[in-house]
Amino acid sequence: MSAMTTTTRTSPPGAAPRRPRGGRGRGAGALVVPALALMGAAVLLPLFLSFLRSVTEPSPGLSNYAALLTDGVTLTIFSRTVLVAAAVTLATLVIGYPYAYLMTRVGGTARLLMVAAVLVPFWTSMTARNFAWLILEQREGPIDRALQTIGIDGAVLLGSAWGVGLAMTQVMLPFMVLPLYSAMSGIDRKLLLAAQGLGSRPLTAFRRVFLPLSRGGMISGGILVFALSSGFYVTPAILGSPQQSMVAQLLAQRTNQLLDFAAAGALGTVVLVFTLLLVSLAGRFGGSATALGGAVQAKGGR
Amino acid sequence: MSAPPQDRTRPAATTRTGHSAPRRSRRPVDSVPVWLKAVGVVVAALFVLPTLVVVPMSFTAGGTFRFPPAELSTQWYESFFTDPRWTAAVGNTVQVALTVMVLATVLGTAAAVGLSRMRSRWAGLLRATLMLPLVSPGIVIAVAVYVSYLQWRLVGTFGGYVLVHTAMAIPFVLVSVGASLGGFDNRLLLAAQSLGATPWRAFRTVQLRLIAPGVVSGAVFAFVTSLDEVVVALFLRAPQFETLPVRMFNSVTVEIDPTVAAASSMLVVLVTALILFPQVFRLLRRRRSNGKAMS
Repeated sequence: MSAMTTTTRTSPPGAAPRRPRGGRGRGAGALVVPALALMGAAVLLPLFLSFLRSVTEPSPGLSNYAALLTDGVTLTIFSRTVLVAAAVTLATLVIGYPYAYLMTRVGGTARLLMVAAVLVPFWTSMTARNFAWLILEQREGPIDRALQTIGIDGAVLLGSAWGVGLAMTQVMLPFMVLPLYSAMSGIDRKLLLAAQGLGSRPLTAFRRVFLPLSRGGMISGGILVFALSSGFYVTPAILGSPQQSMVAQLLAQRTNQLLDFAAAGALGTVVLVFTLLLVSLAGRFGGSATALGGAVQAKGGR
Repeated sequence: MSAPPQDRTRPAATTRTGHSAPRRSRRPVDSVPVWLKAVGVVVAALFVLPTLVVVPMSFTAGGTFRFPPAELSTQWYESFFTDPRWTAAVGNTVQVALTVMVLATVLGTAAAVGLSRMRSRWAGLLRATLMLPLVSPGIVIAVAVYVSYLQWRLVGTFGGYVLVHTAMAIPFVLVSVGASLGGFDNRLLLAAQSLGATPWRAFRTVQLRLIAPGVVSGAVFAFVTSLDEVVVALFLRAPQFETLPVRMFNSVTVEIDPTVAAASSMLVVLVTALILFPQVFRLLRRRRSNGKAMS
């Protein structure tokens, strides 16, 4: 970058007056315009109009936002969503951490297989994966029967928050493993050997050296999974029940069935701001590159 | 990329303990505990196995999602390829996804190149704006887009799907092309232009060739994004125009149509083959080169 700057500056202004400026300044901006125009028309304008509706209809003011706090339903559903999202985040961290760690330790062949095991569910259709969980969790399904054989009757997961959480944990795991792996593969293992050489036991060395160094990956993976889980629609819609609905379903219901676009706009704005705050927080802690890298490879399973 | 150094250090560690034999134990210094390997196998199974349940499901002879199926048949595959609702959905999805792939790749690549050449502080803000659909929940976009597209008469149209899916695919192209632009030296463009190339020719013959891998993977991401997008598609759907994910979603939630099991199985097998093929290929090539080195 700096080299480029000096080249442009030191070239005599009279020699090639158009090329450097045409190639950089104005030309560069023009390249971004088409994408920006499409983005604006397709998504940004609808989002803005939805926000505008939420503060102007039925009367100007924040009445739609006040209603979110007082209608008695939204807060209950909101806290349930946060609770499920937090549980899913914790579960993916506990399950994903040893897996990501192992990925940094095994040989080439085993690592290829482990990467493939993460990527296959990643790229598989969200609907297909949630359908698979519906088969597993239904009454008289494999999980129900397995529970019956060990003497637990009638514990049907389908339609419960547990069933939604279980499926979401599996669906979200890749979003945790990839940021974790990218953070861990940057840690120099010689540090651990050095700690052991200085007399620390392997477990202590791991806890005092490796774990703190992998914190960036844990935070960005955790916030990514939490943000995605709290706005997730497909899994609760297929595996949940209306009595156990989550924020995304509430939003869909207000739009589709109640046609209350202003109230939906208010709820949508709150969810969007909440998510964007979390994502920027992830960027501050663990480097947005890892979080977004994970999201990109995950091709956004929201 | 990090594989070779690790492969080298591990055998070295083993031989070192081998040489200075009776130090503490015969275990290599820094070995992977067995329980950790077991955990790895279990988690890998958790990744792969649950989804595979759709394959036996798809061969059921019954008309429900009862599992395991009592009798077997291939009627749901027949239904997938002959039922006009399913064939139309597949056709719509492929058309939309291909259009989105072309549009998003062109617009996203242009934007990524533009951003990489920009020096003003607006570049960061522009980039964040273009990344917005990636980081915002699908349902929020879906609801907002639905209300606006209703007014603009875009619900249930090819154009509506293409518009919103292209916007949702651009961030993937941006990140993927941006990653390969990171290693690009802009002075190469100046060099080409000083040798008489027009800016467009310099871009086409120098820059585009060097960032081609990023552009290709961006195009794949864009295609799959549109192919698999279900949340916004559910809101934009109309009886006369729906996509495969929407058809599948409704078959699961409303219609209880086991054709969805056949569709899911084919998707799962297709994706698994697409991912495993390059991995297996790489593995075989490594084996072969190792074999050569030994002989």
